[in-house]
Amino acid sequence: MNPQSLVRSMYPLLGVIVILALWQLYTWLSGISPLVLPSPVEIAAVSIKRYDLLLQQTWPTLVETVLGFFLALLIGIPLAVFVANSRLFNLVLYPILVATQSIPKVAIAPIILVWFGLGISSKLALAFLVAFFPIVVDTATGLQATPPGLLELAHALCASRRQVFFKVQMPAALPFIFAGSKVAITLAVIGAVIGEFVGSVNGLGNLVLAANSQLDGPLAWAALVWLSALGILLFAAVALTERLVMPWERAAQH
Amino acid sequence: MIDSAVQREPGHRKPDGRAFASSANSPQRAFGRFTNVHKAFKRPGQVPLVAIDNVSFDLHAGQLISLLGPSGCGKTTFLRIAAGLISKTSGVVEINQAEVERPQPDFGMVFQQPNLMPWRTVLKNVLFPIEIQGDADGGAVQRAADLLSLVGLSGFEHSYPLQLSGGMQQRVALCRALVNQPKLLLMDEPFGALDELTRMEMQDLLLNIRAKTGATVMLVTHSISEAIYLSDNVVVFSPRPAKIADFIAIDLPYPRRPETRYAPEFTEFEHRAGRALGITR
Repeated sequence: MNPQSLVRSMYPLLGVIVILALWQLYTWLSGISPLVLPSPVEIAAVSIKRYDLLLQQTWPTLVETVLGFFLALLIGIPLAVFVANSRLFNLVLYPILVATQSIPKVAIAPIILVWFGLGISSKLALAFLVAFFPIVVDTATGLQATPPGLLELAHALCASRRQVFFKVQMPAALPFIFAGSKVAITLAVIGAVIGEFVGSVNGLGNLVLAANSQLDGPLAWAALVWLSALGILLFAAVALTERLVMPWERAAQH
Repeated sequence: MIDSAVQREPGHRKPDGRAFASSANSPQRAFGRFTNVHKAFKRPGQVPLVAIDNVSFDLHAGQLISLLGPSGCGKTTFLRIAAGLISKTSGVVEINQAEVERPQPDFGMVFQQPNLMPWRTVLKNVLFPIEIQGDADGGAVQRAADLLSLVGLSGFEHSYPLQLSGGMQQRVALCRALVNQPKLLLMDEPFGALDELTRMEMQDLLLNIRAKTGATVMLVTHSISEAIYLSDNVVVFSPRPAKIADFIAIDLPYPRRPETRYAPEFTEFEHRAGRALGITR
């Protein structure tokens, strides 16, 4: 990291420190109950003290999220290929996709639970459902946005359809696929937590509910902190993959 | 580098296109023959738009021929028909004794934009045609490296296109078009997007490459001086629909140098082309 970007990353950190300090000050001065609003110090203390419990509950949420995300990639990308390349598929499928997407996932969560039960599959299904849409839409957009000059070049070289797809369209769509994936991975965490809220036996979402019902405010907040850390880490993992898969994007900036 | 361009048979230089002089007096059959090429675009509810109106001329092996004309006159459409990228309404395009009706794997194409793939390195971009068509003689990588060195891009093999300037990118595109040793190099306003100095540099580079490879080149331009500086023959197109307004044999000797642009003969050719285009009287 060069000094410039180090300085840049100090700004959001400064904002976080100021907010935490004000929060801490407020809890001291107002004497508010830790069940309603625990202080940052308390939350940090619990996050570290109950480290084994939190880690143990992070694992199922992580698995649900990641599997749901990969399932969305696995089904979303081929579907996007059909939507982008076939007018019929586009006309038939796209409105249905948009329509299903407008259904609030929280509202269908109970139905998913009935279908898939209390185990991991219902959470996986919900994570998949929310992650799926941005992947399909962005991938289809990317495939349709192949620069016409490159398509003409391939045409002039007598490239086969297969060659055009794998050597031109797909690489050209990569930035779009990653943009969709970054949205999808953060949504997948939300999907998994919705699933855990509606009915589950473990996971960080389950822990938030359980701690709340036991009037353990600091633990509920600690679970929240872990949950957001999980979201940030997963996002960073996708962003890192993007940098590794598309080295030319970074090269262009130098 | 000088000699191959100069030594090509002067007997192939004819004063005019085949519309004016029959190919019967040519000792051998021309490399490329365009006969009554006609193109009309259908328009719903209207009469078809004629873009090219019965154009005929010959192209000889090793020649550099320019299609010169005002913007929108149909010269690019003509080049695309010659490339087999779009269909013609009627007429015959025959290149290397085969009729051209679809894209030909042994043609090279340079577009106005470099059209490089940002995800490929310079070398991989140059090798793209080989990846599509296969490496017939196994010498493609060496050829790509030689071409890159010829255009002054040695050391940039593993750079990405976005790290290069516009002129460098167009040089990569030129190498890509030449890597499969095309029988015919087609260029659609290849230097149109470049600044004047880079453009003149690229023109000398093209002449140099042509002299070294002996490639047959057909180039579209709307620059009178570019057409004259580069070409053996200039086909001057009229405004749409494109008809041959003049067919000018540029008998300035190769190699041409920047001073050539200031020779009195050069100016005369410019006047003649200007008259054909209706710019001067």
